Amino acid sequence: MFIIVKKTAEDFAKEQKEISVSEFFEKNKHLLGFDNPTKALMMTVKEAVDNALDACQDAGIVPDITVKIKQSGEDKYVVSVQDNGPGIVKEQIGRIFGKLLYGSKFHKLRQSRGQQGIGISAVVLYSQLTTGNPAKVWSKVESKKKTHYFEMHLNTMKNEPEVIKEEDIDYAVLGESGIKIEITVVGRYRKTIEDYLKQTSIANPFAKINFTSPDGTKITYPRSINELPKEPKIMKPHPYGMEFGTLQRMLHNSSSRTLQSFMTNEFSSVGAQTAKELCKVAKLDANSKPESLDRDAIEKVMNAVQKVKIQRPPLDCLSPIGESELEKSLRKEYPNAEFITTITREPTVYRGFPFMIEAGIVYDEKDIEVDDEKKKGDAIDVLRIANRVPLLYQSGACATIEAVKDVDWKRYGLSQSANSLPTGPVKVVIHMCSVWVPFISESKEAIAPYPDIVKEMKLAIQDAGRNFSRFLSGRRRAGEQKRRVQIFERYANEVANSIAGLTGKQEKEIEKKLLGMIKNRVKIIEKEIEEENNKNGVNNESNKEETKKDEKPKQEKIKEKK
Amino acid sequence: MITIAKDVRKELKGLGEKVLKDIEKQENPNIEIPIRALSNVVFDKKTGQLGLGDKTSKRFYFNVAHSKKFMQTMMVANFTNSLINEKIHASIRDMYYNLKRTFPDSNENTFDEQQESDPIIVDLEVALNILRENLHLTTDRKGIVAGNVVIEDRGDKIDWSKLGSGGWSIPSTVDEIDFDRVNADFVLVVEKNAGFERLHEDKFWQKNKCILIGTGGQPSRGTRLLIQRLNSEHKLPVYVFTDSDSYGWYIYSVIKSGSISLAHVSDRIATPEAKFVGLTISDIFEYDLKKCTIKAKEIDIKRAKELLDYEWFKNPKWQKEINLMIEKGIKAEIEALSHRGLKFMSETYLPSKLKKKDFLD
Repeated sequence: MFIIVKKTAEDFAKEQKEISVSEFFEKNKHLLGFDNPTKALMMTVKEAVDNALDACQDAGIVPDITVKIKQSGEDKYVVSVQDNGPGIVKEQIGRIFGKLLYGSKFHKLRQSRGQQGIGISAVVLYSQLTTGNPAKVWSKVESKKKTHYFEMHLNTMKNEPEVIKEEDIDYAVLGESGIKIEITVVGRYRKTIEDYLKQTSIANPFAKINFTSPDGTKITYPRSINELPKEPKIMKPHPYGMEFGTLQRMLHNSSSRTLQSFMTNEFSSVGAQTAKELCKVAKLDANSKPESLDRDAIEKVMNAVQKVKIQRPPLDCLSPIGESELEKSLRKEYPNAEFITTITREPTVYRGFPFMIEAGIVYDEKDIEVDDEKKKGDAIDVLRIANRVPLLYQSGACATIEAVKDVDWKRYGLSQSANSLPTGPVKVVIHMCSVWVPFISESKEAIAPYPDIVKEMKLAIQDAGRNFSRFLSGRRRAGEQKRRVQIFERYANEVANSIAGLTGKQEKEIEKKLLGMIKNRVKIIEKEIEEENNKNGVNNESNKEETKKDEKPKQEKIKEKK
Repeated sequence: MITIAKDVRKELKGLGEKVLKDIEKQENPNIEIPIRALSNVVFDKKTGQLGLGDKTSKRFYFNVAHSKKFMQTMMVANFTNSLINEKIHASIRDMYYNLKRTFPDSNENTFDEQQESDPIIVDLEVALNILRENLHLTTDRKGIVAGNVVIEDRGDKIDWSKLGSGGWSIPSTVDEIDFDRVNADFVLVVEKNAGFERLHEDKFWQKNKCILIGTGGQPSRGTRLLIQRLNSEHKLPVYVFTDSDSYGWYIYSVIKSGSISLAHVSDRIATPEAKFVGLTISDIFEYDLKKCTIKAKEIDIKRAKELLDYEWFKNPKWQKEINLMIEKGIKAEIEALSHRGLKFMSETYLPSKLKKKDFLD
């Protein structure tokens, strides 16, 4: 006989306990992008470099970044990333690197690389889980002060840093100021790391990156401009795109005394007039205390936002790469490209968030010829960049890819089958900058394909495409001219030989004269091509006559069938 | 008359010199070629022959669409020039292989297929007004002949009456043979080899003192030239014997007036005096062959309607026959005559038709 022991709610209560964020991520590494060793090593480099760039840019320092990867075991790598940023004060080092969801950016609506404060601490956590090694951090905040050295773990139960070793050191690790971090992870080295750094350099033309790969190869990605971009402004949230929970939290934390002042203080684009109207439409007293609003009232505010016309958010919070800067940086990375064009679209808005799309097209036929692995039939490369950070995974789900597929590339002479990327020696760069880029997951690998965003990306590609198209038709004309000259030159010898045979004159003489004529005719050939293009004509009159002659009379054909 | 070799050489040299002159004058080198499309084919009522009109087109070296053909034309001209100089012959296939080569530093060939070089020969014929045969180019033998005739071919004497069960295979270069003795009253041309065999076995040519020619379908240029020479040089009447259908009748018309695709050589290989002896639709009723007819197919009727419109079928007798075929929807093969006995064709039908001079013209 079985005795069935019934569990009571109290019994369950004993088993139920809080799960720390760290514990959660320990079990769900994939959510942060550490699905496999290759990606894990990539994420390590990426998070550290992103942080370094953000730190430098925020401090107004032109970044100089050194990345080194060394193999320390069969599947173990030591990644070190050093910057010339402002450094981090002693008291903060532990929390920044050893506590998940700690950071300066989450609460601000401002265009930056990191958003949630997960990245680098997740790397520390991953390192600890796979190798047990502590993370090593060197920080120098002022040239006069000593370098502070830290070794630490992350306590996953408490989501708190655990310092193992801490000391001030005398010898120079860093220059004037900056951070160096050294982390050991289980991973696998692939060339994609170099792709990431190359693309990072494209997206951050003001940064210089020195890289040493595990086999000792040194690559420098130089800067193509010497100034930092204008610092993006912090933006208050815009009422459009506001969610219930966010609004509730804002109301409760607000120091404003009335609903109306709450609205004008906490939101962008809301003046006294708009605030009054919002209250009126919501049928709420403009003077009621913000924290007094109940669920019902919040719901009313949410509905009113949909009904009242509110000015679009300010656009000075965006920091695009810039048309000419992007072009310079593409030139630098693709020095052999035959053609490069870039465009920056005007800012626009999705769900209350301003955003801006930039696009570039690189035509690099030589690249394909040089690179053996690539064949002409391969799909074009799409460089996806969000807030100056290259995206390398989950391209299939990304808004950028959707936009590229949506463009009719056949008009640019590339072949493209339905609903796929075109093929050809082309690279397309798409950069989205926004105060809040909607990624499809925490690992920030793909931009969610909101229709407004996809549409804007498509328009950007088409804008760039117009320049591309002009380049291609010029190129086609030049190619056609070359082809024709080649044909005439190729046949000259046989023609000269035949004329010599028929007339008894010198073959060499005749050939020389013919080749001379070809040289003199280049201008005429050019004009002919021009005229044919204007006529849009495949068949000019004289061609037709020649083809007609080859048609056999119908009657004869029928007779032959007998 | 046929252009002799010396003149052909002159024509070829002329072509080379013309092009050379263009080059020296810094003008776009070109060859003028009469257009061979149906639109430029005309029927000359006076001579009863098809011919080319005066529309021409120019083939330019400096025109991407023409350039290759220009070169090919020059190559063929030069090739045939050397054939004539060396007094040798080549088949049109030989020529294709001889001229086929790949340009240095490319994968392009001078000629990719024989289908490319064959039309060039015709272009040259038209442009220079000479015959392919005069260019020393040969094709496969097609057509058989038997009769009381002795000829000389490349130094050998051949007696067409002593070739047993076969006959003499007609070469493509009939212009080069000489007639030693021609003992015949007329020429009978039979469309089918089977018909030739029947008449040959029955000693038709002996009994009727004629020359018997089997074309084996559409007659080759050699066969047409032979018929023309027998008619013009030896004043022999020519009678054509084909199936009773639109295809057979067109064979007759090709022998008599020339064909549309070779309209440019009609005056040299057509025989306007040729007459049609049979089979007609009327014969089917006359000789009681109704049981042996075949139902005409849609395509036969369509073709017959086209014949009705040709200038050279406007003779009321022909119009009557063609209309009769369309109306009855029937056709018949010459073998149908065997229904009345195997020797009916050679002993009854043909002698009676010839005697009555029951011909269509």
